[in-house]
Amino acid sequence: MNTSELLTPNMGVFALLGGIAAFGAVGVVAFNNATRSALCLVLTFFTLAFLYFTLTAEMIGILQIVVYTGAIMVLFLFVIMLLNLGALKSLFEDRDPKMLIGGVLGLGMAALLGSQVLAPMAKVTQMRAPEGIGSPQSVGYSLFSTYLYPFEIASVLLLLGIVGSILLAKRRI
Amino acid sequence: MAGVPLVAYLALGLFLFSVGVVGVIIRRNPIVIFMCIELMLNAVNLTFLAFAKYMPSKLPTGTTPVAEASMSGQVMVIFVMAVAAAEVAVGLGIIMAIFRLRKEIDIDEMNLLRG
Repeated sequence: MNTSELLTPNMGVFALLGGIAAFGAVGVVAFNNATRSALCLVLTFFTLAFLYFTLTAEMIGILQIVVYTGAIMVLFLFVIMLLNLGALKSLFEDRDPKMLIGGVLGLGMAALLGSQVLAPMAKVTQMRAPEGIGSPQSVGYSLFSTYLYPFEIASVLLLLGIVGSILLAKRRI
Repeated sequence: MAGVPLVAYLALGLFLFSVGVVGVIIRRNPIVIFMCIELMLNAVNLTFLAFAKYMPSKLPTGTTPVAEASMSGQVMVIFVMAVAAAEVAVGLGIIMAIFRLRKEIDIDEMNLLRG
């Protein structure tokens, strides 16, 4: 594939969305303040939802906005607010060898995975799945027919999560 | 989207996952570490959806139509979201309990499970 085939309008849209998502991800790690990290993560999740839309996974994209940016990040921000980790009490993280080691390990893992995974997939350019696989109708149909038992087990897991979080958040255990 | 190769989505997922791993290693605030774990889960979700769209897998019977085979990635993402929601609720509860006991949340100081 030469470079002129890559310069399509869709590629531009993908580069914009992916760039924003990557920027937010770097911001999560780089900011010293936990609130700023959380807001960067909201940005990343929101643009990831639009990337899911480009993969015609509309149901998952809506779920991403509702569950991740709506519920999980609000929970994070509530806990940051309750712990009162403002700019004054935020942990002062000075430079230590852990940063260098972490960066080297992350780069090594990315290089290893990239060299093994990306090269064999370089020729896949067309989407083989048909239209409409991401609609709520088809997702719900397969969730309640093929994947019925995992769905029920997931509901038990969520119930355990509710009970466990209430038990942990009680003042006196 | 037509015109975007699968490698682009996989590379973005790889980047997000690597940033999450680096964040888990180098940060000391446990809430930020949780956020980095969420970032890694989302990177995996993106990879699942990209594979489900570009190369839907054949189930071992070989008779599964492509439309049904590509649903496995989407359903997997829903399960990952459910597990992530439960994990965040319990994990943030644990952080709150630890903070109530210790009045500090530096993760390098939390080396005892019995608090």
